[in-house]
Amino acid sequence: MEITVPPFDIKSIAPIILVTITGIVVLITDVFLKKLPKETLGYFSFLAVLITGVIISSQLGTTVYSFSNTFVVDDFSIFFNFIFLISTAIVILMSVTYLRQEGINYGEYYTLILFATVGMMLMAGGADLITIFLGLEIMSISLYVLAGFRRDRLDSNEASLKYFLLGAFSTCFLLYGIALLYGATGTTNINEIGTFITNNHAYSNPMIIMGTCLLIIGFGFKTASVPFHKWAPDVYQGAPTSVTAFMSAGPKAAAFAVFLRVFLVSLPGLETKWSVILWVMSVLTMTVGNVVAITQTNIKRMLAYSSIAHAGYVLMAIVTASSLGTASILFYLLVYVFMNLGAFAVIMVLGKKGKENLQIDDYSGLGYKHPVLAITMSIFMFSLAGIPPFAGFMGKFYIFSSAIKSGYIVLAIIGVINSVISVYYYLRVTVVMYMKQPVREFAPLSLSPFIILALIITIWGTIHLGIFPSRIIEFAQESVLLP
Amino acid sequence: MLESLLFIIMGLIVITCAIGVVFQKNPIYSAVFLIQTMVSLAVLYILLHAQFVAAVQVMVYAGAVMVLFVFVIMLLNVQRADQELGKDRLIFQKVSAIFLGLLLFAVIGIVTVRSVLQGTKGEYTPEHMNEIGNTQLVGKLLFTDYVFPFEIASILLFAAIIGAIILAKKELKE
Repeated sequence: MEITVPPFDIKSIAPIILVTITGIVVLITDVFLKKLPKETLGYFSFLAVLITGVIISSQLGTTVYSFSNTFVVDDFSIFFNFIFLISTAIVILMSVTYLRQEGINYGEYYTLILFATVGMMLMAGGADLITIFLGLEIMSISLYVLAGFRRDRLDSNEASLKYFLLGAFSTCFLLYGIALLYGATGTTNINEIGTFITNNHAYSNPMIIMGTCLLIIGFGFKTASVPFHKWAPDVYQGAPTSVTAFMSAGPKAAAFAVFLRVFLVSLPGLETKWSVILWVMSVLTMTVGNVVAITQTNIKRMLAYSSIAHAGYVLMAIVTASSLGTASILFYLLVYVFMNLGAFAVIMVLGKKGKENLQIDDYSGLGYKHPVLAITMSIFMFSLAGIPPFAGFMGKFYIFSSAIKSGYIVLAIIGVINSVISVYYYLRVTVVMYMKQPVREFAPLSLSPFIILALIITIWGTIHLGIFPSRIIEFAQESVLLP
Repeated sequence: MLESLLFIIMGLIVITCAIGVVFQKNPIYSAVFLIQTMVSLAVLYILLHAQFVAAVQVMVYAGAVMVLFVFVIMLLNVQRADQELGKDRLIFQKVSAIFLGLLLFAVIGIVTVRSVLQGTKGEYTPEHMNEIGNTQLVGKLLFTDYVFPFEIASILLFAAIIGAIILAKKELKE
């Protein structure tokens, strides 16, 4: 038997190698240098993420398939890699003080965050369903553990176990979908699946349709779309706040990256079929997310439902299956990273060991006691609600306009109605902060230079992308997969 | 002919044992049924000319994984499921699950009967595979075409090990 080694390109996976090695080095340093303050590991990881960002920006404008077409570097994956690295960097900045305060200051935390980032990068760059699946598992397993990181807390254990059991269950659906697609087309490569379906006119092959449905279930779970959203509120509430912030930003974007790549590259031939399913899912996701968020009293739970609702807006843009829709998703996910991480950073600043102040009523009177922090929180809430001039408005504007341009007027109208509903619960936080008397003594804030830096970055992102979105929009339009 | 007869018999055994896993009250019995399911699945793989996968299935699942299962069950001393668990507290869930399950079966049945389901034949037909050898072929593919997924599987395992140690380690700081 003759063995020919296929050509491979180490440069294209350099960012992945760098982040993986950093994770391992952090782990080993943690073991051998016990006296080293754990914060140093945080700064080291942060630095490595920045360097990875520089490497990735040097890859811009190239499209390289390597390792027998199992991995691809193109502008689409690069844009997503930027989203992941930005969210990871901000989360690391937010975590440094929080971990010490919560007594969970272990070096493994940073290793797992970095490994989850590796998983996300593999998902965005996976050109083969096997690579995508392995990336998704690396990300998920790291997140299961991170969710249960506060081992002495019951709610954290509950979050981890719930996420793990349901996540493993949903992975089965995804894997079965991949198996059916492989059985029908004879390949796991996403480009080849697409060519097979077009060449053989296999638009109504039951195996492919079934596989597509199962993929929707698998990805729907990871993006927390209704009706696969039930895990999200409990997991978001129970997980340590820094992990919740991380889960709502990067992994969600990664799941959407895979969603887009698989459905727009492999399965565009079945668009008439899956767009109906996603249409219904989008409406359900937006409506359930927004309506249930109104009744929440815990701010982390409220943000969980809000993140479900935001997934609905993104699904709306996937339904359009247009290049404008894809560009608007890329922009929206970037914006969402800034505004959502910012909101979580404020929550973490207000929390204390043993008393996290997670009820919305705990925020009453904050506007008088800590005016700067109240303004910061208001900016993020306004942005999440989609009020100009903040970035959330521009993101929603592009998504709705892409839906209208593709002829999904009803969907856009439902989206706008939902957006109006969402204003109620976002503004309630602001109202409580400015118009209610304080119900509690405000303890000193848990501030540190790093969380302040994280807040500054997120505020800058939220405002800058709202006022000058054109450069990023152009970048997003160049990064779409469709011609 | 013989092959399809064997397939039907083994398929029935797999399904029966899988149902047994779910319905047994004693966890050890469930585990034994699971072993039987795994072994019968290995036979199905052999029928598909995938001898290597069959061997791995027996060694890894029926062997290593199940030994761990039984160990954990014995170490934790899991008793027969409590009476409380036996009660049907989720009647609505049960009814809807049975209804939806039957509906799914009906849909799959109708589709299978009405259309000819045909997969795509790959380049490695059984004859071709027997010529080269099953294990060599898997090895060759793992180190050429699928070397990248093969390598990143190591990151996956590493992350899982770290996770297991963090969640199971005994002492809690502070």
